Formats: sequence, C-alpha cells, structure tokens
Amino acid sequence: MMIERNLVIVGGGPAGMAAAISAYEQGVNDILLLERDQYLGGILNQCIHPGFGLDYFKEILTGPEYADRFIKKIRDIPQIEINLQSLVVDLGADKTLTILKPGLLQQVRAKALIMATGCRERTREMAHIAGTRPAGIYPAGLAQKLINIEGLLPGKEVVIVGSGDIGLIMARRFVLEGASVKAMIEIQKQAGGLLRNVIQCLDDFDIPLYLCHRIACIYGKKRVEKVGIIKIDDQGNDIPDSHFYIECDTILMSVGLIPENELIEMAGVAIDRKTNTPLSQELNKTSIPGVFVCGNAFKIYDLVDSVSGDSGQAGVLAGEYLKKKN
Amino acid sequence: MNKYDIIIIGGGVVGTAISRELSSYKLKIALLEKEEELAFGVSKSNSGIIHPGTQNRPGSLKGRLCLQGNALIREISRDLGVEFKEIGELIVVFSQEEVSRLLQLKQEAEILGVSGLEVVDQAWLKEHEPNLSREIVAALYAPTAGIISPYRLAYALSENAVLNGLEIYTQSLVQNILVMTPVRHFGSTSLFEITTERNTFQTNYIINAAGLYADEISQMVGINNFQIRPRKGEEFLLDKKQQDLTNHLIFPLPTKISKGVIVIKTFAGNPMIGPTAEDVENKEDLSTSEQGLEKVIRMAQRMVPSIDKKDIIAYFAGLRPVADDDFIIRCEDKVPGFVNVAGIQSPGLTAAPAIAQLVGRILKQNGLVMEKKKDFYRQRKKTVHLSNLAFSQAKELIQTDRSFGDIVCRCEMVSAGEIREAIRQGAVTLDGIKFRTQAQAGRCHGGFCTTRIMKILAQETNRPLTAITKRGRGSEIVKEDRADDD
Repeated sequence: MMIERNLVIVGGGPAGMAAAISAYEQGVNDILLLERDQYLGGILNQCIHPGFGLDYFKEILTGPEYADRFIKKIRDIPQIEINLQSLVVDLGADKTLTILKPGLLQQVRAKALIMATGCRERTREMAHIAGTRPAGIYPAGLAQKLINIEGLLPGKEVVIVGSGDIGLIMARRFVLEGASVKAMIEIQKQAGGLLRNVIQCLDDFDIPLYLCHRIACIYGKKRVEKVGIIKIDDQGNDIPDSHFYIECDTILMSVGLIPENELIEMAGVAIDRKTNTPLSQELNKTSIPGVFVCGNAFKIYDLVDSVSGDSGQAGVLAGEYLKKKN
Repeated sequence: MNKYDIIIIGGGVVGTAISRELSSYKLKIALLEKEEELAFGVSKSNSGIIHPGTQNRPGSLKGRLCLQGNALIREISRDLGVEFKEIGELIVVFSQEEVSRLLQLKQEAEILGVSGLEVVDQAWLKEHEPNLSREIVAALYAPTAGIISPYRLAYALSENAVLNGLEIYTQSLVQNILVMTPVRHFGSTSLFEITTERNTFQTNYIINAAGLYADEISQMVGINNFQIRPRKGEEFLLDKKQQDLTNHLIFPLPTKISKGVIVIKTFAGNPMIGPTAEDVENKEDLSTSEQGLEKVIRMAQRMVPSIDKKDIIAYFAGLRPVADDDFIIRCEDKVPGFVNVAGIQSPGLTAAPAIAQLVGRILKQNGLVMEKKKDFYRQRKKTVHLSNLAFSQAKELIQTDRSFGDIVCRCEMVSAGEIREAIRQGAVTLDGIKFRTQAQAGRCHGGFCTTRIMKILAQETNRPLTAITKRGRGSEIVKEDRADDD
C-alpha cells in the first residue's frame, strides 16, 4: 500500500520552511517536510555573518538566527511532519517520491508537491579552468562550511575566482581567520555580488579585485602552488603579454550557482537547459500541475528575505491547488 | 629482513593482475607501490575500455595479449565481482574512400582472431546509434569491446591476491636495487636486495611493473635497453544526464600514434571524451590545457554533434608509458630473475590478465618452481553499490544495515555504509574513496559531501581531520583545526 500525503515539501531550508508554514496557514493539513541534512535551515546554518532579515523581519540577523525564527515556528505546528536525513532519490510524474533515510527506503505519493531543493555551486570544472588538480581548490560554500561549521581552516594564502556574494563573504572570513587573501579575480567588468559586500568584505580589508581578468591555469602537484592570470579586453579576448602569476595554497571558486532540479527533470518537468530552472510563465509554477518549485531552485536570489516572501506564495498555490482538487 | 620469492614493483592494473595470478602458486610474494594507494599512477587515468583487438598488428605481442585478455577479463570480472559490460565499438568513417581502411582493419583483426566483426552502413547506424553525425557513412562494428572500471578492477585484483597471501607495501618508493649474486650462468637466479623509503627486502625474482618509471627501475640493475617516454592524454567527463548519448564506444580511424579522440561510455554511465595524445618531457605533468579541451570537443563533436561543452563535469590528464612500438615483457638475460613488464600503454588494461599469465610462464622458464595452491580463493565478494541495486534489494539492504540508507554523496547516491566498506578495503585518501565508491565524482564535485567523507575517514582510520588527504602526503585538505588550538 502506497502512503499518500496531501502536501510533500522537499527541502528544509528557508524556502521549504516558508512554503510549509504558508501552506498550513492556507488550511492545508497533513504536510510532510523532507530534509536531506541532519538539521533544518539549509545553507543559512553556515552563514554566520549578519545581514539577513532586514526586509522580512526589519532587523539585522545572522543566518542561523534567521533560520531559527522559522524553525521555532514550524516546530510548533503539529500538522507539519518533519523528516530529517531524508533524501528523495526518485520522483515520478504522478508525484510519487522514493525516499531514502537511515534504515528505510520508502515510496510516498503526494497530492501536491513543493520542491525547495536550493542550488549547488558551479565548480572549477564547469568553468573549464586548465592546469593541475591538486588539493586546495574549493567551492566558496564548501570553504564556508569547513570554517564555520567544522572549525577547519582550508588554507592560508587564498585567491578567489569570481566575485559572487559567497566569495566576497569568504574573502573577509579568511582574513578574520588570519589567512591572507591575495586577490579576487573577476572576468566581468564589475563584481558579481552585492555592492555592500564589495565594500564591507573587500575594500575594508584592502583585498585587490582584478576586474576583466581570468584564471588561465592552476599549478601545483599535490597542493595548489600558484595561479596564472590573464587580462582580457572588451571583446573577451586575452591581452597579449598581460600574463602574471600569484602564489597561493588555496583557490576558492565563486563563479555562480546552479538550481538543483534534477528530481523534477526526472519527473518530466520542462527545464530550461541554460539556467537549469523550470520553464515557467508564473512564479513557482512548473509544466506539471500540482508540482511547484520555490526558492533558489526556481531562480537564484540575492537575498534570503526575498526567498522567504516568494516561497510563501508557493504554499498559497499548493493550498489553492489542493482545494480545487478535493 | 623481509625475504620473498617474488617482488612486484608497481601497483597499477598490470602489477595487481600479476600479483593475483602469481598468488595462486605456493610462493611468498610482495608488491611495492610508491603512492599511498594502488592504481594512483597510470591506471587511474585509464579510459576503462576493454579492446577487442581491432587496432593492433596481427603479429604483435599487443595484439595477441589484447585478444587473450579480452577473453580472460570476462571470467576475472565474474570471479572478482567487478562489473564488465560488453557494449561493442564502432570505428567510424566519413567518406566512401575510407571504407577500404575499415575493410583492411577488419581483415587484420580477423587474422588476429577477433570475431563478430562487421562493416555496417548508415541505415544500421541510424537505428543503433541515432546521435551519430549524419556525415558518417559506415563503421566497423566490433561487438566484443567492453567497459570496466580500471581502478575497481585493480582494487579487486589486489584484494583477492591479499586474500591469497600477497603482502602490499604502499608509500614504498624503490630507491636502490642490489644484485647480490656476482657470478651468473644460465638457469641461475640472482638474489636481489631492494631498498625503499621505509624497508629493505630480499627476493629471488623481481617483476618490474613500474609504469612510467619502469626504465628507471630497470637501470637500477644495469639494464638500459629501453626508455619510457610519457605521452599525455586529456579526457573530459560529461554529466550523467547524457548517459544515453551513445550506445557503443565510438572511435575514429586510428592514426600512427593513437586511437584518436573517442566518445567513451564509462562504467558509471557518464560519457567521456578524449584522450589527446601529446608527447611530454615530464613524467609528472598531469595538467590539462585549454587547447586540449578545444581539440577534444571539436573531434568528439565531429562524430557526435550534440556533445556540449556545458555538460563537462570533470576532466583529468593521464600519461601513457610509451617504450617501443610493442610491449616489453621479458626476463633480462643479463640479470636472471629480473623481469621487465614495460611500455604497457593501450591496450594494457585489456591485456593485463594475459600479461600476468605470460609473466608466470616466463618465471617458470627461468627456473622458478611453481606449484599451484590447493586452497586458492578464486572468488571475491562483490562490493555493494547502492545505486546499482533494484528497489527491493536496496530496501532489504537498508533495513538490515541502516548505514546504507544514510546517503553521503547525493549526486552519485553513495551511502555511509559504502564509504566505510571502501575504507575497510584499504582506501586511505579521498581519491581512494572516490575511485572505489564514486562519492565526489558527480556533478557537484564533492561540494556537499567532502566534509562528511573526511569525518568518516578520520573516524575509521583514527586520524585527525588535518591528516586527511586528497591523494597522499602533501595533499592535505585543510591546514589547521581551530578546535585543537587550545
């Protein structure tokens, strides 16, 4: 016998929690929230810097504080069942989820489904950077986790590739941990992250930002030893003789985020191959009725406050869909 | 003093295949490997192709051993529980004039003894390989080609050999070999003393399977009759979403120096494109290049136009140990008891089991008394990979051992149970775990799971997190543990 639930939400980060609370407020009962990690809150848990909540709560919070507001609220709602360490490994077009957790593999059919699976970081490999493959190359978010959650310092002389917000935040974080951040290399004419982060995380710490430069090659056999950098012109071509090297033991990649939508792709939802997001005319909707996507899985957001706001809308849509169906 | 009948130098797929073959005899054998784990040299960059024998001269050692190896690998993979898939290969041509080259290849391969060969036309290709370029006019189809994981094969061979008495010494770079019997005559054996970073060993026979460094090992006993020149190959792995890109291995017509850029299907499902073939000076130059990527993409797209640069999730370079045109497998007359197994480039993986048998015969001819063990354990328990199991099997496994439901690497669906198993089988580095389990080999490249794997490895091997490496000393993942500061 297949277990059936009214609403299943995949992902217990800010998007999933906001969607769950809002769906409950719409009158949906019997909500199952699945989180693959051992705790709720998602990536907010490793974002220990302040700057969250200004729009949504009208005050300045750290990532864990922001997450905690939702965690407290959601824990008080008995109609929302929370399953941690629960990974969805397969999704069918009929909204049947295959769920894996320690000691259990099971299938659940959802009447309505909200996917709040977040995003992953683009890697060095996706940026096609040439050279060797030593230890010392990290996606910026992994470095953030190593420092803030595990208390481990990945390296001491750092070059950051790309200038997304996580890269900017991590530039400051490494300096505060006593490491030297030697440069941030950005191929575009302007920084990728928020202006406030450029000022607070680079300028305030005298970290040089090389705009219109790209990493040509990574060197080092066992551990990163140096990077080769080239200046590019307006057309994106390498400028001859502009090549120089920076010695470092660590490279952080902050070259963009990719929405995680492999599950809905399995179920047959139409996906934009360029952005890896659902092809959609309307916020949070997909090509399959009753399957909604919210948060960074729907589009990459700059602020978590906007994720919370928009994801609440996914809860409303799921509520309306279920009402119509019943 | 550690005394052995035979010492094998080099723990790649050739060294481990020889170890396993010889472990079936009543002999005391050791294997020395300079890296922290086996298969970390030439073997780790192998494309994983089991060749049918279509691209080697009929009279060559390469051709003969490739054909024998292709037959043997089926039995070995069954015995050792390593997945082998016979998917077949297509050598494609773009013009009617080139069809004669295919016929010539077919004829040569048939003289060698390759079976099932067929020249297929556009209609056949359209049906069986729909993503191929419409400009391809014909292909030579060789159904006996297949794919396997080169490192899983090497690990399985070594585990089985250890079960049968092999002793393995890793981090054991050979520094010196002393030939201890000064007077030699036909049929006598030398007694060797081998010094490594850590130990001294004595042995009656040495098998030199040192890959890129086989010439340097050989020189240690005064044999200078060949030189190993590294030939680099860059390869690019595509996202598993593209696993149905091709159904066969797709080859262009071979050139004098290589089989060309191939569209490969890997054992894990990801397509792979490459390799380049470039002679380099440095035996440690494993860098990839922008030119290499452009070349591989261009040549792969010529055969399969839908290949997209955007789908690349990983890349690497390997070095082929090139000596002569053919393999060098011989007991050196000047130093009886010293067997060179050198210049084992393609089709080395395929030939490995046949090379191992040949080495056994060479040892026998050179005076080694070889008696089969009565209690040789031929089989190895198959390693569980959750992602390969059917729903009901997976369900049962997870209910029996909950750690198999505790997913660590979500891109490749690898559980904590599998990672612990890999560590128990000998993995001591993150790359070693990746090669055995696929954890960190997916599209996020370890972004989500590296910390968890580090913790499991630290716990299982009772080491601090700061001692955990990517692939051995010097490649530590983190520099300091802040929690240990006080």
